Order: sequence, then C-alpha cells, then structure tokens
Amino acid sequence: MLFALQITPALGMFLAFVAVTLVITYYSARKATGSSAYFAAGRSIKGWQNGLAVAGDYMSAASFLGISGIICLKGYDGFMYSVGFLVAYLTVLFLVAEPLRNAGKYTMADLLAYRLKARPVRALAALSTLTVSTFYMIAQMVGAGGIIEQLIGIPFAPAVIGVGALMLVYVVFGGMLATTWVQIIKAVLLIAGAFALSVMVLGKHGFNIGQFFDSVSAATYAGSKPPVNLLDPGLAYGASAKNPWGAWDFTSLAFGLVLGTAGLPHILVRFYTVPDAQTARSSVVWATGIIGVFYILTTFFGFGAATILSMSDIPVDSKGVPNGNMVAPILAKVLGGELFFAFISAVAFATILAVVAGLTMSASTSFAHDFYSNVLHHGRETRPGEEVKVARITAFFVGAISIALAILLGSSVNAAMLVGLAFSVAASANLPVILFSVFWKRFNTVGACSGLAVGLASSIILILLSKNGLFPKDPVFPLTNPGLVSIPLGFLASWLGTVLSAPEPGAEEKFAELSVRSQTGLGAEKAAAH
Amino acid sequence: MSPDDPNNPDFTPEIGAPTDITPLGRTGPKPAHELTASEDPDPVDWGAIARDPDFHALLRAKKRFIIPGTIFFLVYYMTLPVLVGFFPDVMKRPVWGAVNWAYLFALSQFVMTGVLCVLYVRASRRWDAMNAALLAKFKHR
Repeated sequence: MLFALQITPALGMFLAFVAVTLVITYYSARKATGSSAYFAAGRSIKGWQNGLAVAGDYMSAASFLGISGIICLKGYDGFMYSVGFLVAYLTVLFLVAEPLRNAGKYTMADLLAYRLKARPVRALAALSTLTVSTFYMIAQMVGAGGIIEQLIGIPFAPAVIGVGALMLVYVVFGGMLATTWVQIIKAVLLIAGAFALSVMVLGKHGFNIGQFFDSVSAATYAGSKPPVNLLDPGLAYGASAKNPWGAWDFTSLAFGLVLGTAGLPHILVRFYTVPDAQTARSSVVWATGIIGVFYILTTFFGFGAATILSMSDIPVDSKGVPNGNMVAPILAKVLGGELFFAFISAVAFATILAVVAGLTMSASTSFAHDFYSNVLHHGRETRPGEEVKVARITAFFVGAISIALAILLGSSVNAAMLVGLAFSVAASANLPVILFSVFWKRFNTVGACSGLAVGLASSIILILLSKNGLFPKDPVFPLTNPGLVSIPLGFLASWLGTVLSAPEPGAEEKFAELSVRSQTGLGAEKAAAH
Repeated sequence: MSPDDPNNPDFTPEIGAPTDITPLGRTGPKPAHELTASEDPDPVDWGAIARDPDFHALLRAKKRFIIPGTIFFLVYYMTLPVLVGFFPDVMKRPVWGAVNWAYLFALSQFVMTGVLCVLYVRASRRWDAMNAALLAKFKHR
C-alpha cells in the first residue's frame, strides 16, 4: 500500500457517517421507485421538505467550507458571499420559480424548446449546463480533497483523485438514486453542526455579542499576524494601489451572485418535484428562511474562527498559501475535539457527495438527452440503451475534467470563489433566455442562441483573461468576477439577436399559450399525470 | 420494474431523481414536459384566455408588485457593494462597539430579504384568488 492508513476514531466515525447517509439514500430511492412513483410521491413532497432539499443543494462545499474560510482569512469581504447567495433567492422567488413550475417544463432546455426551434436551443442549453456544472464540480472536488487530506493525511492530488473516483463510481454505476432525502437529512445535520459551532464560539466570548465583535476587530490569529480589523471591507476586493479596480470587483461579484441562482440548472430542477406553483413558492420561502439562518451563523463560525484559531492551525498548500476551505472543520477540532471534527467533516463530505451526484447527473443527462438524442438523432434512439451509455460516458468525462482542473488549481483556491464564477456564468448564459422566453413575445430562436452563446463565451473568456485564469500576475481583464460585463452582454445579445433577425411567427403564436400556462398554471398538472 | 427496463410503460421521472429529466433509454412517446408547442395536443383555447380581461387584470396585478419589488431589491442589494467598494472609509465607521456600518448594512439585507418574502407571499394569495376565479370561468364554458 502506498499510504499507511490508520483507522483513528475520527476516521472511523467519518466512515460510519458516510456509510449511513449512503444507506439512507439507497433505501429512500428504492422505496420511491416503481411505476407512477413520481406522481404519487411527487404530490407528497411538501413545501418545507422541498425547501430543505433546495437548501441542502445550495449549502454545498462552497457555502460551508468556502465562506467560513474566506471570512476567517479575508474578513468582511467573505461575508459578501453570504449576503449575495441569500438575496439571490428573491430573484428566484419573484421571477423564475412559479412561471417555470407552471409551464410544466422540467429543464431550461424543455422550456426553450417549447416555443422555439428545438434542436439549436437544446444543443446550446446542454453546453451551458455542462459548463456551469463543471465549475460547480471543481469547487466541490477541491473541498472534498481538502477534507480527505486532513482526515487521512494523504497529499491533495491523490485525495482529489480518490474522492473523484469514489463519486464517479457512485454516479456511473448507481445511476439515478434519490438525492432528495439525503439533501433533507444533510441540511438538518449541517444546520445543527453550524449551530453547535456558533454556540461554542460564542461560549469562548462569554456569550456576549459585543465582546465577540470586539475580539473579531482585534483578531490576530494568536499573535501570528499584525491585527487587521476583519470587520472592515476591502481586505480581499478593496481598491488599493495594487488593484485600482477593487471597488468594481465588489460590484461585479455581487451582481453575479444575486442573478446567478436563478440560472443554476440543479437548483431549478428542484422546483419540479413539487405538485404546483403554490408549493414551489412555499419551498422557496422555506429554503430562504433556512439558508438565511445558516448564513447569519457564518458570522460566528467565520469571523469567530479568526479569534480562536492561530495561523499554525490552518493548513497551507505547497506554495505556503493558507487553505481557506478547511477552516470550519479545523475550528470544530479545536473547539469540540476529534469526534466533533469527524462529525463536521462527515457532514461536509456527505454534502459534497450529494451535490456532486446531482450535478454530474444533470450535466450528463442533459448532454445525452438534449444534445446526443434530440440534436444529433432527432429524438429517436438508434439502439435501446444508447442514451444511458452516452450519459455514463459523459459523467466520466465531466468528473475527470473536474478532477484534473481541481488538482491544477490546488487546495488553497477558495470553493466560494469558484462557485461565485459558476454563478456568473449561469447568470450570463441562462438567466436572459429563461426570462425572455417567458416574458417577451417577440423573442425567437436566433435571440436564444445568441444569448446563450454570447453569455457563455463572454463569461468564460473574461474568466480566462482575469487573475483567476491564465494571467495570475498581470491580468488582461482587471475584475476577478466577470458578472458586471458578461451578464449585460448576455441580455444584450439575446435582445439584439431577436430584433435583428426576422420575426418567428410560430414562436410568437405560441407565446399566448406559454404566457397563460406560466401565469395561471393551467395545463401544468398534465406534466405529472401519466 | 426498473426504470431502465424498456418494457416499463411509465416514463415519468423517479421522485427526487437528481435531474428529474425523464430517465434515459426509454422507447415510446415523449413525456408531456418535453413536448414542443407543435406536438402538444391542445384541448384548451389558450388564445381565448389570453384575450380575457381578467387574465390581463391578473398580469397587471402581478406586474404591479413584481416589477417595483425586483427593482427595489436589486437596487437595495447593489447599494451594498457600491458603498463598501467606493466609500470604504464611511462604511468602516463603528456604530455599536466594534460593529460598523458595513456589517449593519449587510445584516439589513437579511431583514430586507425576509420582509420581501413575506410581502410576496401575501400578494401572491391575492393572485391565487384571481387566478382561481379566472380558471373557473373557463371551466364552465
């Protein structure tokens, strides 16, 4: 064996926890399978249950590991992620959740294909789903690799490969196991863990909020760093002599965050597991409440970590950069001992497993179904079972690419930052076409294709030209997040593509129908009633 | 019966399936949610509803709330990064102990989100009633 594995109590508890979650997933999936299970069980998914599942999907490695780390190391600027991730739910609630549920469509591609030309929009929608999911996956892989590195003590690269392989086995051979229940259970455990951490942190400050903030503002990482007030904005994104674009960085990041959630494929599909728009609405409200509480708690276990941990507690990568993704588990170790560390790690790992499973499945099914079958083969399978094969091969490639990119980026790249980029890509490519197709009569196929293509290309190219891309030293594009430029470009391209091309009478004729469907919900129950 | 079994007549997605896209590898007709407008059998006179004044009243009621609401929360939210980005010195001023304007304004976003959620739910109850009346009218015809 390459690495001498020692089964510590922490590792044992970790493995037991992961095993229990997997067993629960497996059995809940078995129980829900069978003919018309979707219809029967779909009706029984309640608003609060779906709210917890949405919250579970959302509180991925980025929210828990990434945000706590970036707050601990960069202070207030990290808290901006908490605020942005939450306010983004208003965009979902006001603009997207009910019309999409009412229209009775399951994916963005289904919605676009309904009144536009199916083949080109399905092809581009599949590509954009693949891209957003890959960005999201990289963030999860980085988090999972860090946890395994800490628990077992193996280097980051083999840890990521091991985790990635494990997840791929789960997805490729396990197929479509139900993740709803694992998300619900995980969301409850994660909130409980976050509460426990916050109470312990406050306990260190005599349960006095004023005293807590006083020590945050004077945090020195146990004397290893000159004091900087972590409550001051600008430690990560502020304008400085080195970065004159700092203030724009803030604005661009925030813009991408607030509009991104409404374009995330794996969040949008959650609204179709509920019976009607009323339940979709109440599940968004539940999710917002749960996520809101969780993000307020990031104040305590994010800022609080800086007052309790010393710099030597936080692991560094090969270049000596502190690994911000491991702050929450290490805080758990310092405050609650090995077993609490194992609990927090296991919850974080289960989170990642569930999110990755969902992401890989939505990416690979979208590719196999939208692109391979509907675009290349005009909706007919040439051989039975071919789509499944294509989906599995795609899952393998998506996983392999994410693993390779995660290793390339290294353990210290922040998961929240990576997900922030995924949000910007989603907001630039997906949100404009979703909104226009539901609310704008004149919108046509050319508009949808140019919006998807320009939004996707501009956000990816700007990321590559930025500090996070190919030019870490001397970026061509000065902002770390492309949102402020690429989101308006996505909207502009959708609009220009539409008005510059010939009107599409078919699409406009069907707008009345889509409009009635999406606003009233008439005909939506048909989607579930087989 | 396994959802991958080609003999399975039920091609609806499994509950909680990660994608909720129809399970792959099925033969047979498309499920309803994948039909395009031209394939969709049309038992409803969509045009008649779309021309109905009550439908327009419903749309207007929704717009009256959603458009100003969206503008409000986008502006309120984007004020935060603009203020902390361009006026950091003002936002760094402590208000209560060590707590500064920047943190308080960020915290107020949580309150704003909660209040708008509640207002939306209240407004949407009115729309539900209007919607039910509209659909009832077309059921009787």
